Amino acid sequence: MSILLNKDSKIIVQGITGRDGSFHTGEMLRYGTKIVGGVTPGKLGRKEHGLPVFDTVSQAVAELKPDATCVFVPPRFAIDAVWESIESGIGLIVIITEGLPSRDLMEAKSYASGRGIVLIGPNCPGIITPEESKVGIMPGHIFKKGNVGVISRSGTLTYEVVHALTQAGMGQSTVIGIGGDPIIGSRFLDLLKLFKDDPDTHSVALIGEIGGSDEYIAAEYIKNEFGKPAVTFIAGKTAPEGKKMGHAGAIVAGKSDSAQAKIAALSEMGISVAELPQDIPELLEKCSL
Amino acid sequence: MKLYEFQGKELFARYGIPIPKGKVANKAEDAIGYCSSSDLPVVVKAQVLVGGRGKAGGVKVISEKEKIKETVNSIWGLDIKGYKVEKLLVEEGVEIENEIYLSIMVNRDSERFTIIACSEGGVDIEGVAKVDPGAILKMDIDPLIGLRSHHKAKLFSHLSLDNPNIKYQIGYIADKIFNMSRELYLNLVEINPLIITKGGRVLALDSKIVVDDNGIPFLKDFEKFINNDDKSPQEIEAKEKGLSFVSLDGNIGCIVNGAGLAMATMDMIKHFGGDPANFLDVGGSSNPEKVINALNIITSNDKVKVILFNIFGGITRCDDVANGIKAALKALDISIPIVIRLTGTNEKEGVKILEDMGMETTTSMTDAVKKAVALSSKEA
Repeated sequence: MSILLNKDSKIIVQGITGRDGSFHTGEMLRYGTKIVGGVTPGKLGRKEHGLPVFDTVSQAVAELKPDATCVFVPPRFAIDAVWESIESGIGLIVIITEGLPSRDLMEAKSYASGRGIVLIGPNCPGIITPEESKVGIMPGHIFKKGNVGVISRSGTLTYEVVHALTQAGMGQSTVIGIGGDPIIGSRFLDLLKLFKDDPDTHSVALIGEIGGSDEYIAAEYIKNEFGKPAVTFIAGKTAPEGKKMGHAGAIVAGKSDSAQAKIAALSEMGISVAELPQDIPELLEKCSL
Repeated sequence: MKLYEFQGKELFARYGIPIPKGKVANKAEDAIGYCSSSDLPVVVKAQVLVGGRGKAGGVKVISEKEKIKETVNSIWGLDIKGYKVEKLLVEEGVEIENEIYLSIMVNRDSERFTIIACSEGGVDIEGVAKVDPGAILKMDIDPLIGLRSHHKAKLFSHLSLDNPNIKYQIGYIADKIFNMSRELYLNLVEINPLIITKGGRVLALDSKIVVDDNGIPFLKDFEKFINNDDKSPQEIEAKEKGLSFVSLDGNIGCIVNGAGLAMATMDMIKHFGGDPANFLDVGGSSNPEKVINALNIITSNDKVKVILFNIFGGITRCDDVANGIKAALKALDISIPIVIRLTGTNEKEGVKILEDMGMETTTSMTDAVKKAVALSSKEA
């Protein structure tokens, strides 16, 4: 098992005829993802990678009954693409696009809540259940099937950690890049809850960074309810105050935003924090004993 | 992006939020002129993108004509937390009956707009929150529902307002700051203080506005508000070139793909006893132009003694990145050592390209960082 995504999940791609959308559709198909079609307004009837293209999400949903959608639509039109998939009731919406304003995400989340819809991203690498399916842009070959769940606010840092896990012979159940923006579809806590109920996830690696309080919220849950081993890494110990470190959400505005404060709080709660990302496999092994 | 107080007030004026009469001076002489031609008292306020101006001597009231020149000159050029005062706002003095705190922000935790209010204005609100949390009203507003009458009733009740005229004015201002936040993608609008004058008018005496950078491309008629005054020249150049860059104090220049990995690289440098000179996310692109721009920006800092590349090839292929580095090094004359960590997709091909030109590479982030730290601590 896994969370959110498996080999049978049917996926559509929004923005499938765009440069990135088309390229990554090819990569996802090669990985084995069951992509069933795509949407680009004005391109109805066209084929992309041999798959049908529709004008609207509702047409694609009526025809293909997808379980998830992957959004590659450029920033100016992306939020409307998200609204459209929420309205069409697609259960999992993965937003790869970078540069969406917080306001738009707040509105979309408000609308999606209570409808049983999971949003991932934006500004994220996506989600992968190794050797089954990937929805996003991560390099499939570094992942390996196994029992570690990974949740991360970063892209390439996730690859660094996953690479170390795979090298150490520790495969992954599902890996989710939740994105580095201040307002994101799914937060650490939302996904930890899913991992808790997944029998194939035996432990979790959580990759956080400066900014916001999601690491604290996740730590409370891990300590009190999660019931499985968890190891964390927090990036940004050297980040100066008040500067945005690439990600829109990675900024130290107050004391509790800093990596030091997060590391101290997590350690105090008995949650192990890796000094270096490469230490995660060893720490996981230790606390899984 | 932070706005200056006078820019925030200009937006207030656009939205119909009352502000004191005032003028911005870009030269000390102009400020003196504005003061001299105004009815005294006037208030002169240093325009800097940082808080704590009052304590630093950046805000002063002038009541006597003889004091104008002296007071303006005492503020002009002042260094306030690293920001030099080069703009002054000259405003009419107003008679204050009462001061209130009012703000609205994008709340990362509740994922709502949050209105914050306190019946004491002109205070350090975070300080009050610690000492007397009950004094502060925090009210979440669902962006899809908006600010409704019952929200305002709650606001009036918390502020113990009973005068209908004052309630009307404050309710109107609350509506406007909500509309502004929504329409202009503002992460924060703070009015501290919002004042009630002896004549019963409600005025925004100060403004603090932070714009969501992701919203700026969608805003119309906003060019005049864009400022880079809190960025270093290198940061401004990087922004123009589409690179994500932050200046730091150390001597190891970093070029990394991905923001999280870039932060982790800086942290690891520090862990092994070195000092990073910058944060730089070169992005997923292997475009040689980007690598050239990144190298140019980094080497423009004389402090940098060694350059460290940390590339985890994902969708970006290592051979593409290696070709980018090769082209960049051919185009530029770089005399300091370069350490390259290259791993991931097409790693072997990438390594070969660089080794053929006599560069050393490693696939281990730890080894690369240790090597860069060792090189950075050598005496030149």
